[in-house]
Amino acid sequence: MSGRSNEAPETGPFYPRDRLWHPPALTPAYKTTVLRSPQRAPISFSNTMSEMTGPVFGPNIIGELDNDLIHNFAKPGESAQGPRIIVHGRVLDERGRPVPGVLIEFWQANAAGRYRHKKDGYLAPLDPNFGGCGRALSGEDGSYAFRTIKPGAYPWPNGVNDWRPAHIHFAIFGSGFAQRLITQMYFEGDPLIKLDPMTGGLSDRRAVEQLIAPLDMARTIPMDATAYKFDIVLRGRRSTMFENRLEGN
Amino acid sequence: MPQALDTLKETPSQTAGPYVHIGLMPNFVGIHGAHAEDLGGRMLNDKAKGQRIAIEGHVFDGTGEPLRDCVIEIWQADAAGLYPSPSETRGTADPNFAGWGRAAADPQSGLYRFETIKPGRVPFPDGRLQGPHVSLWIVARGINLGLNTRMYFSDEAEANAADPILLRIEHRTRVPTLIGTRTGDSYRFDIHLQGPDETVFFDI
Repeated sequence: MSGRSNEAPETGPFYPRDRLWHPPALTPAYKTTVLRSPQRAPISFSNTMSEMTGPVFGPNIIGELDNDLIHNFAKPGESAQGPRIIVHGRVLDERGRPVPGVLIEFWQANAAGRYRHKKDGYLAPLDPNFGGCGRALSGEDGSYAFRTIKPGAYPWPNGVNDWRPAHIHFAIFGSGFAQRLITQMYFEGDPLIKLDPMTGGLSDRRAVEQLIAPLDMARTIPMDATAYKFDIVLRGRRSTMFENRLEGN
Repeated sequence: MPQALDTLKETPSQTAGPYVHIGLMPNFVGIHGAHAEDLGGRMLNDKAKGQRIAIEGHVFDGTGEPLRDCVIEIWQADAAGLYPSPSETRGTADPNFAGWGRAAADPQSGLYRFETIKPGRVPFPDGRLQGPHVSLWIVARGINLGLNTRMYFSDEAEANAADPILLRIEHRTRVPTLIGTRTGDSYRFDIHLQGPDETVFFDI
């Protein structure tokens, strides 16, 4: 299924996850976590094949407009409303190596901050030309890119007056099921980030900064779209089970 | 100061949120046209080898209320115990079985359901065989980092008794939280996020 015939498959175990870098399961300021957070310590064990392998998706599943949220739900000749942007970056592992051929799925609110979901009751309008989902495969160098509109901030029922900063959700596959990750990308300069209970769950300021995409003028398209860069880092892994073989590790 | 290590930090997780279906299964929430079909809804075709089974259950919060907005993914070996992955070095997995599936809890009842095959046994790194199992990953609003667990099979008592991971669990009364209960060709696997029956979750 993988077309990367020149590359030795990586088969080794993943580096242990630094769970303190992630938000803890219980973050009371984000109230829904109170009843949904496991209270006992997770049990650790060495990776087996069940954790080191994972599903692979080929280019056959990717449609022509999957990486263009401006058009993939729009009527012919029309386009989604809002500031046009390009989101691009690379999928890397903890060793800084590109992770090619992985599926990235993304979803977001429209420019007014409204999701196309029956549970979203925000009074802001739906955009008839915006669905809010897309996907891409990372390239040989780990790179990905898609076009979309900049999502709006929106209020949510947590505190009396809580607003989510503008964000795009990402779900990323790796080469193994233990790398599976969901995260959110925020935008440089958004004053709502520091008020947000979700990023507030991160104990290290650098972890918050890792989720903030900078404006990237080098990748803008003049008279068309601005660009934001968002690199994603997945867990690293040893290249083989033979840990006494130094080269390649 | 010594030199810095050339390592990066993993991107921090953030919750999947209440609208996770838009990204992972848009057709399920009525967004048609973006993707022809939701990924992970069909795990096998008629030619897949192995015993057809279903896995279903609820995910319960700390009050015992089922989550109606979660998404679950499963990953498992084929009937011969092989994974369809480039990292699988022991052989070639059944091309008619995907090994991976994705399902949402029903928005009314909270029930999730997978139609799959019963997996074969997969070795532990030291060569001992693990009991047949399915790996699960659960995401939802209020879950900050996707939860990893496993389902073993109630009709595999002997294999379960020798499973290196089940053997590792100190509090033996918690082992049954990882066993799906068989009725016919269906296995019931309820997941409790909290409480006296809290499911064993794994740091993998």
